[in-house]
Amino acid sequence: MSFLNYLVSGLSLGSVYAIIALGYTMVYGIAKMLNFAHGDVIMIGSYVCFFAVMRYNMNPFLGVLIAVVLCTLLGITIEKLAYKPLRSAPSLAVLITAIGVSYFLQNTAQLLWTPNPKVFNSIVGNGSVQLGALSVSYVTILTIAACVIIMIVLTMFINKTKMGKAMRAVSEDKGAAQLMGIDVNRTISTTFAIGSGLAAIAGVLLCSAYPTLTPTTGAMPGIKAFTAAVFGGIGSIPGAFLGGLLLGVIENLAKAYISTQFSDAIVFGVLIIVLLVKPAGLLGKQTREKV
Amino acid sequence: MKTKRILALLMAVLMVIGLAACGESKPAEPAADGAAEAIKIGATGPLTGGAAIYGMAVKNGATIAVEELNAKGGMQIAFNMEDDTHDPEKAENAYNALVDWGMQLMMGTVTSSPAEVTSADAYADRYFFLTPSASSTNVIDGKDNVFQMCFTDPNQGSGAAQYIAENNMAKDVAIIWKNDDSYSTGIRETFTAKAAEVGLNIVADVTFTDATATDFTVQIAKCQEAGAELVFLPIYYTPASLIFSQASTTGYAPIWFGVDGMDGILTLEGFDTALAEGVYVLTPYSADADTALNKNFVEKYQAAYGEIPNQFAADAYDCMYAIYAAMEKAGITADMSHEEICEAMVAQFTSMTFDGLTGSNMTWGADGAVSKMPNAVIIKDGAYVGM
Repeated sequence: MSFLNYLVSGLSLGSVYAIIALGYTMVYGIAKMLNFAHGDVIMIGSYVCFFAVMRYNMNPFLGVLIAVVLCTLLGITIEKLAYKPLRSAPSLAVLITAIGVSYFLQNTAQLLWTPNPKVFNSIVGNGSVQLGALSVSYVTILTIAACVIIMIVLTMFINKTKMGKAMRAVSEDKGAAQLMGIDVNRTISTTFAIGSGLAAIAGVLLCSAYPTLTPTTGAMPGIKAFTAAVFGGIGSIPGAFLGGLLLGVIENLAKAYISTQFSDAIVFGVLIIVLLVKPAGLLGKQTREKV
Repeated sequence: MKTKRILALLMAVLMVIGLAACGESKPAEPAADGAAEAIKIGATGPLTGGAAIYGMAVKNGATIAVEELNAKGGMQIAFNMEDDTHDPEKAENAYNALVDWGMQLMMGTVTSSPAEVTSADAYADRYFFLTPSASSTNVIDGKDNVFQMCFTDPNQGSGAAQYIAENNMAKDVAIIWKNDDSYSTGIRETFTAKAAEVGLNIVADVTFTDATATDFTVQIAKCQEAGAELVFLPIYYTPASLIFSQASTTGYAPIWFGVDGMDGILTLEGFDTALAEGVYVLTPYSADADTALNKNFVEKYQAAYGEIPNQFAADAYDCMYAIYAAMEKAGITADMSHEEICEAMVAQFTSMTFDGLTGSNMTWGADGAVSKMPNAVIIKDGAYVGM
């Protein structure tokens, strides 16, 4: 397999990381909290789509739509029940709650759907396009395309709409935003809704590319995507996109040319070096601490 | 200050009482239950979590055996299986729960890493321990009362290399293994050693971990580039299913050769079994074996649980029968303490011969490892077929 093939499979993996990282980074950027349950919302989304398509024989795109709607509702519910009461609590308390929610979702899924893995059939079939020596599967094309579209739409949403403006304001200064008449709670809920909807799409794409579905499916990619978000500069949407892609490409190239045994060590080694040089991540905003 | 000291004292007293209670409950319970009661056999295994398919199979297989044995009317068995979720720490809790229940001997822990913990406990506390499927040598090493029904990992690795060479299946071989898992590394080590001995060329040797168990395109490409005719997969079936589906999209079709962890792939929900067509699995058990013993077992298993039993279920069934046979010979009764039972059972196991579903003329060495012949089965039309 040529360098180009490794690159494409790295981009495919990276795009999945990037879509998940977009969800992490949005919530962090606006609500200033790490939603560690994000990976598990992905898992729930995949299960919903799995049951819609495999059990009830729905059209795959209808299945994705249902997954997005349900995950959005789930995201809003989680935010209302678990995070909103802690709005003024120290961020550590919210972090621990998020980990709690993550375990809660994993175990609920295990009770509902048993821990036995399920094989998720790709929503676009298993075919691939042949470009010379390069073969690119439909799933890869779909994942990369979806990732780019989502990134552009999100950036436009944040920069052009009224809600986006409110989000940026809340992100800069919660107190001041409230004084200006922005409904902070509603803004944060919307952020969660968007993040969770994205999680559903990420879940479907993740499971289409790597088709084993278990209650812990979301956990590891979630951690990787979080790394990607930090890599690119947490809080920055283009940063999450770039971080995700780079993480996937570095991981695959390290496996291909250096060693499969050390690929993780190499990925995280690169992360450490980047953070030493640019502590806020690749595209993160450098903010000076006021003393 | 004073209240704090009193509180500390109170805590200390409570802890001592707690400890004393723990110490007491062990010998007291079996005696209280009376002599004519059933013999209490405990087990731990993953009944939930990622490895639950193994734990459930063991539970189901053992339950069928216990029902049959109890129906004979002689010695009665009470079987209790606690969930350890394939987690060594939870296995410790599960073990303690069994001890509190009044367990007299143990039909093992299902998977290797937790079994390393529980077998050490059983060795220290003198409970007889026979595991159906925990195949790591660390489970039996240096423990005179711990026995295995399955092959040890080294046996699987060298057995596989031997089989491949003897049947001239391939010369150039690749291995994809999981380097953060003791099961996988153990098998891979002995496979590599034996491969050198029997003249197989290992042309690619690639790994993955829990964190990278999604994308295998690079590993597959490396095997393909190196021209491997056969890929050895000493891994569990979940990553294997991903490898098969990703290899099919790149059009790479070597001979795939798995070991007992591959068992379960055919019952994976939604898995296209055509992807596993022609996969070899080295296993001591195939559900289509044409013996009366096996037919009875498969029929009962299917009626009760609606699926074809796998090797883990068969191992558990054999474990129960082997324990029963040894107990009968040793004249074990329900009022004996677990220490007495342990010594009597160890003497039986090192001297007896046992015929079961997973092999005939099985014997056990003093090290606890079983000696029986492995067989290769091949997957044809979505079912295992004996070679």
